[in-house]
Amino acid sequence: MATQHSRAAARLMISPAVILLFLWMAVPLGMTIYFSFLNYNLLIPSAHNFIGLQNYDFFVTDPAFVTALVNTLVLVLGVLVITTVGGVLMALLLDRPMWGQGIVRILVIAPFFVMPTVSALVWKNMFMNPVNGIFAWVFHLLGIQPFDFLAQAPLFSIIMIVSWEWLPFAALILLTALQSLDSEQIEAAEMDGASAFSRFIYITVPHLTRSITVVILIQTIFLLSIFAEIYVTTNGGPGNASTNIPFMIYSQSLLQFDVGGGSAGGIIAVILANIVAIFLMRMIGKNLEA
Amino acid sequence: MGKISLKQVVKKFGEVEVIPPLDLEIEDGEFVVFVGPSGCGKSTLLRLIAGLEDVSDGRIEIDGKDATDLAPAERRLAMVFQSYALYPHMTVRKNIAFPLKMAGVDHAEQERRIASAAKALNLTDYLDRRPGQLSGGQRQRVAIGRAIVREPAAFLFDEPLSNLDAALRVGMRLEITELHHRLATTMIYVTHDQVEAMTMADKIVVLRAGVVEQVGSPLELYRTPQNLFVAGFIGSPKMNFVTGKDAAAHDAHTIGVRPEHVKLSKDTGHWAGTVGVSEHLGSDTFVHVETEGGLGLMTVRVDGEMDVHHGDRVFLTPEEDKIHRFDEKGQRL
Repeated sequence: MATQHSRAAARLMISPAVILLFLWMAVPLGMTIYFSFLNYNLLIPSAHNFIGLQNYDFFVTDPAFVTALVNTLVLVLGVLVITTVGGVLMALLLDRPMWGQGIVRILVIAPFFVMPTVSALVWKNMFMNPVNGIFAWVFHLLGIQPFDFLAQAPLFSIIMIVSWEWLPFAALILLTALQSLDSEQIEAAEMDGASAFSRFIYITVPHLTRSITVVILIQTIFLLSIFAEIYVTTNGGPGNASTNIPFMIYSQSLLQFDVGGGSAGGIIAVILANIVAIFLMRMIGKNLEA
Repeated sequence: MGKISLKQVVKKFGEVEVIPPLDLEIEDGEFVVFVGPSGCGKSTLLRLIAGLEDVSDGRIEIDGKDATDLAPAERRLAMVFQSYALYPHMTVRKNIAFPLKMAGVDHAEQERRIASAAKALNLTDYLDRRPGQLSGGQRQRVAIGRAIVREPAAFLFDEPLSNLDAALRVGMRLEITELHHRLATTMIYVTHDQVEAMTMADKIVVLRAGVVEQVGSPLELYRTPQNLFVAGFIGSPKMNFVTGKDAAAHDAHTIGVRPEHVKLSKDTGHWAGTVGVSEHLGSDTFVHVETEGGLGLMTVRVDGEMDVHHGDRVFLTPEEDKIHRFDEKGQRL
C-alpha cells in the first residue's frame, strides 16, 4: 500500500513539469498542423478558410522542393562522413602523448564554442571571399584564378563550414572513448601479431562503434535543421543550390508571408526527420544495446 | 624451442633504474616463476621478455638468436594478461582465432586448432559466447586458449590467477601445471604469491627491487635460502628470525628457523613463552608464541590435535640441524 501511495504521490508531484513540457511541445505542433490546412497568407488579411491539403500539395510540387530535400540529405550525410572519419583521426592524434597537450585540446574544441552565425561569417569573409579571403590569397600565390567558393560550390562550402563546427564535438567524444580502451587489449593484440593497422580495425574501431553511433545520432538531429550558416552565407543561392528544407520553410513563411505553406513545410520536415530517425535506428541503433 | 637468456639487461624509466644489470637463463621446457613483493620489477621483466617494453641496455636472446629489437609478435611468445585482455566484441571462437587470423593461417587449420584448444580447456560449449557472458575462470581459460593456439616458443603469464577467488585459483593452478606437463613448452609465470611459486615452478626466481636474490628449485630455496629476504619470503608461515646471544652461540648475526622445525612442549625447552593466537587448520595448528627474553613473536607449527590454549606457558626447542645462519649483511653462512 505504501508503495502504491508513494507512486501516486510521485506522479502527482512530477505532473506539473510533465504537463508543461507536453503543452510546450503539443501546442505549437497542434497549431502548426492547424495552420497547414488554412489558406493563411499575411498579405491576404481576409478570412483564413480551410483548404485541405492544398498547402502540402503546393509545397511538395514546388520545383525547389526536391532540390531542397536532396540538399538537406547531402548536407547531413556529407557532414556526418567528414566529422566521424575526421573525428576518429583527430582523436587518434590527440590521444598521443605530446608537448602542450592541454592547450592543443582546448584549441581543438574551440570551434564548437563559436556561434554558427559567427563562424559562417568568418568563413565567408575571411576565408572564402574571392577578393580578400585567405583562400583567394593562396590561389594568387600559386598563380591560379581565385575560386569563388560560395558562388561556384555553395553546398560544398556550407558542408565545409558545418563540418568545421562539428568536428571538435565528434573528436572530443571519440577521444574519451579512445581513452577508455584497455591498454592490455592493445598489447594482447600486439602479442597476437596484429599490425598497427589491424589493431586499429579489429580492436579500436569496434571499441569506438558505440561512441560513433552516439555522435551520428546527435549530429543528425542538429544537422537536419541547419539554417544560420545558409542564411548568413549564400541565402540559399545561387538560385536554390544551397537551399535545404529549413531554409525553404523560412522563405515560404517569412519571405512570401505564407503561414499556411510554411506550416505545411514544417510538418513535412517533421515527417522527414522521423523517416531519417527510423532509418538510423534500424542501421546503427543496435550498437547502443549493451 | 624455447630457451631464453637475458644478458646484462637494464631497464630505466627516465632516470629511475628499475632493473639493474640482470643475467638470467631459462631452459627449454622449464616452468619458471618470477616471485617477489609488489613493485619488485617482476612484471617489468616479463614485459621486457615479451617485447612490450624496450630494454635500456643489454641483450635478450630467444633460442640463441638476438631478440632484443624484435617486435613482440616476432618473438613467438604468447602472453596471458592479469586482466585476461580478451576482445569484448568478439566471441570466444573469434578471440581464440585472432592470432591465427593475424598469422594468415588457413580456415580449416584455424578450425582444427580452435577445436583442439577448446577441447583441452573445456571451452567447447562456450565457443559462441562473448567474454562478457563468461565467469572469471572461463575467461582465464579463453585467454590461455588464445595463447596455446599459436603454438608459441614460450608462454608468459602475468599474475593470471590474482582476479580469481581462492577455490578457483587452486583449480587453475593445477590446470596450468598440468598444461605445462602436456605441452612441455617453456612457461614464465609472474606472481607475488609464494604458494603459487612453490607449487608450480621448476625454477623460482626471487626478485627484490629488480635484483635477482636467488634462483633455484622450490626445495633448494626452501632448504638453503641464500639470504634473509629469500628465507623470509619463501615458506608459509614465515621463518622465525632470532638475533642476539642465541645467534652468537651459532657464530652468526641472525639465525632463522622455520615454524615446522620448532618443537613445542609444555614442560621443557630452549625458549619459554606464552601462547597467543592459535590458527587451527585441522591438519596443523600454527601457534604464535610471545617469547620471553626479548626474542619477539615466534610461530610454531604443531599437530592439529595438540591441545594448546591462549595464555598457556610453553617451551620451544629448534631442531639444531635445521637452523639457518646469516651474517650482518643477511647473507647465508
